[in-house]
Amino acid sequence: MAEKPGLLEILSFSNTGYGDELAWGAVISITIAVLAYAIGLLIGIIGALGKLNGSATTRAVLDGYTTLVRAVPEIILILLLYYAGTAALNVFLESIGRGPFAINGFLAAVWVLGFVQGAYSTEVLRAAIQAIPIGQLEAARAYGMNPFLEFRRITLPSMLPYALPGLANLWLIITKDTALIAVVGYTELTLATRQAAGNTKMYFTFFLVAGAIYLLISLISQKGFKVLEKRVRLGQRSQV
Amino acid sequence: MRIETVKFIVKAIVLAFLAALALLILYWLFFASNWSWLPKYAPLLLKGFWLTLLLFFISSFFGILLAVPIGLVQVTGPPWLAFIARWFCTIIRGTPLLVQLWLLYYGLGSLFPSIPGIRESFMWPVLREGFYYAAFAFTLSFAGYEGEVMRGAFLGVPRGELEAARAYGMSPFTVLRRVWFPRAVRLVLPTLAGETVLQLKSMPLAFTVTVMELMGVVSKIRQDTYIVFEPLMFIAAIYMLLTFVFVALFGRFERMVPQRR
Repeated sequence: MAEKPGLLEILSFSNTGYGDELAWGAVISITIAVLAYAIGLLIGIIGALGKLNGSATTRAVLDGYTTLVRAVPEIILILLLYYAGTAALNVFLESIGRGPFAINGFLAAVWVLGFVQGAYSTEVLRAAIQAIPIGQLEAARAYGMNPFLEFRRITLPSMLPYALPGLANLWLIITKDTALIAVVGYTELTLATRQAAGNTKMYFTFFLVAGAIYLLISLISQKGFKVLEKRVRLGQRSQV
Repeated sequence: MRIETVKFIVKAIVLAFLAALALLILYWLFFASNWSWLPKYAPLLLKGFWLTLLLFFISSFFGILLAVPIGLVQVTGPPWLAFIARWFCTIIRGTPLLVQLWLLYYGLGSLFPSIPGIRESFMWPVLREGFYYAAFAFTLSFAGYEGEVMRGAFLGVPRGELEAARAYGMSPFTVLRRVWFPRAVRLVLPTLAGETVLQLKSMPLAFTVTVMELMGVVSKIRQDTYIVFEPLMFIAAIYMLLTFVFVALFGRFERMVPQRR
């Protein structure tokens, strides 16, 4: 066997190095995480408001959603939704006379992770809204604010301090959950790492590097959320 | 448009969509789904079920065993130990479990054969088997997450109680055994319950390192018969049942803790 190349060489951005593959994988992972997180938040806001203000039917549907999604392992949900979603879409397309189409792995990953994340966001946001002193909401209504204005001016800003620790946690979880997409076969950071490792037979080195990239993302995010939390707590009495 | 009208329209659309989805799923379940694989693979699935539980119990047990000292040294230990423990927790909690598992299985697994004589040693059957890598990775992961939980738990016990224990002349170890540890565990029992369910839900990752637990059996069924949904739904239901059982069990534990309210 030829002599093993050095660390700098295999991580270079040239043709022989895997630096560019890993960097691209990291960009894709982060993009998937950001988009899925946004979808999760959107579902979470609708879900939380529905659980708190909705009719009995709405609440039953939402309870079913959050309970089901949170009781089944993410990887099983991802596989189920990934395959079921594409199959259903193809059946639908065939029924309107279009041929089957190749699934876009990126979009599928975003939607599936967002759908799963939505269940957790719903619970975090519901708890945060419930933590708002009810008098504030009653005062808003007494001023004659319509629900949209009330949500924008009162509910959103006053729930943020309660929601942020939970939301920060969910962000850290989604950045790590993007690794599960590797199991479905879409090349994000983890799968790119595995391919690079397989080509060079340097598994240990490459997985260490991937781990370091994920760790860096987590550490930077944590710092960012700390700054954000300070901001949304402005004007609040300090806790403890 | 008035807000009531918007609400009504949105609700009608959503309900119609959900009803259509439910009908579709029911139709598929009763008329189009294929369960012919179930009798043939039932024994394998049962084996996979026990293997999943075994992996779960082994990793949770040793994980929590490691988590207690990891939490404790961060609160009272010497600075260098606290430093190591803190970084251990940060690294475990900051990287995906899948990457940790693959680092151990592919990374360590590819380093072992280069050690001379290891293929002849009694350890070789263990070092080749994905199960042990999965058990090890899941144990470390649980230790990392629960180490952080236990750190908070040890910090949360009121100082006065520890001072009282010391004033009684208890040795540091007796304080830990009689007062500090039991109080700490009771403080975080609800958190531990949630974390244990999360740990259970990590088990399917073991199939990526060739362990034939539930998910491994499902992927074998898929390779043999090309059937995808039915087996996945089947084990999703099993995991759901397991989750509910564990939540109920922990609820009983929590009620056993006397509380002054």
